[in-house]
Amino acid sequence: MELGRKWVQLVIAFLTNGYWGFPVSRTIYQGPLKVVCSPGLNCYSCPAATTYCPMGALQQLMVSIRFSLETGHYYVGLYVLGCIGVVGSFLGRMVCGWACPFGFIQEMLHKIPSRKWGVPRILRFFKYAVLFGMVLLLPLFVVSEFGLGEPWFCKYLCPAGTLEAGIPMLFLRPELRGTIGWLFYNKLIIMIFFIIWSVLASRPFCRVGCPLGAFYALFSRVKLVKLQLDEAKCTQCEACHHVCPMGVKFNESPNDAECISCMACMNKACRFDAISLSVAGIPLRTTEVVKAKRAEG
Amino acid sequence: MEKQPVAEKKRSVKEKRKIRILPFVVLTVFLFVFLAGVLTGEPSRVLEQSWQICLSCIGIG
Repeated sequence: MELGRKWVQLVIAFLTNGYWGFPVSRTIYQGPLKVVCSPGLNCYSCPAATTYCPMGALQQLMVSIRFSLETGHYYVGLYVLGCIGVVGSFLGRMVCGWACPFGFIQEMLHKIPSRKWGVPRILRFFKYAVLFGMVLLLPLFVVSEFGLGEPWFCKYLCPAGTLEAGIPMLFLRPELRGTIGWLFYNKLIIMIFFIIWSVLASRPFCRVGCPLGAFYALFSRVKLVKLQLDEAKCTQCEACHHVCPMGVKFNESPNDAECISCMACMNKACRFDAISLSVAGIPLRTTEVVKAKRAEG
Repeated sequence: MEKQPVAEKKRSVKEKRKIRILPFVVLTVFLFVFLAGVLTGEPSRVLEQSWQICLSCIGIG
């Protein structure tokens, strides 16, 4: 199952970054697919990106909302919100575990041998501040004399944008190198910080700073597809605690907003068939471990 | 310790397998939000935005 998940992550990363003509065209993809929402965090200024980033698009709409309304257009983010809302209602943070290219990069970085650390759980609240502050409120309310705001998250924080778009664009267009300043170095430092942190801890950006993860986390209790705990079968052995990449204690909080439904607890840890994947409350399958045990004897 | 009667056990399993309605309600709400966005013409605006490279958004310029 873990290998299958890696393949899904890889395929989705290639599908959302499938424009390989950029070394020739020296610009980003400008085709009709860019109206499709990327389920995960994937900068649409990345030269290979074929879909739009919901966080980037939402900020851009917030930034120009006054101008849109003045010109009689109701571009208030309903389309983007609807897209990620539908995805969130179906899968919630399962997207983070299965379909986010930046989550995949962090997972790969974490495989680099080093001493591993946890991430303090209190830090998880920061991503909600990023979502409501940097993605929605600051772009909406901090405006210039012309009534235009700034995309705060993209401009000052997003390490995915620096890695997938900022650095590649500097290689692609050398003339831009003269224009970089403190803004770029600030984002470069943030990106390096998260890269190093990803080696030392599992998915730090997903847990601490990702506004899209924060949005999907709001669906933890109401999403259609989720992992379900059968309390009657759970022996409180706590095996699930040791395999979770997000630090979730599944037996204690099966609806935890941090759960990315990677199924490590179900497949690698639980020997008592207490965790199952469910759709709208209907369990789909039993764990591979239990199945193997049954087959053995 | 008293054993749980079979009928009660079956009922509790059935209750556990009850279909959750709330996800469908939330899904429907967001489908309407999505459709409202489409009707206002927002996809064309999103497309326009995503065709442009916002240099300051990626830390350049």
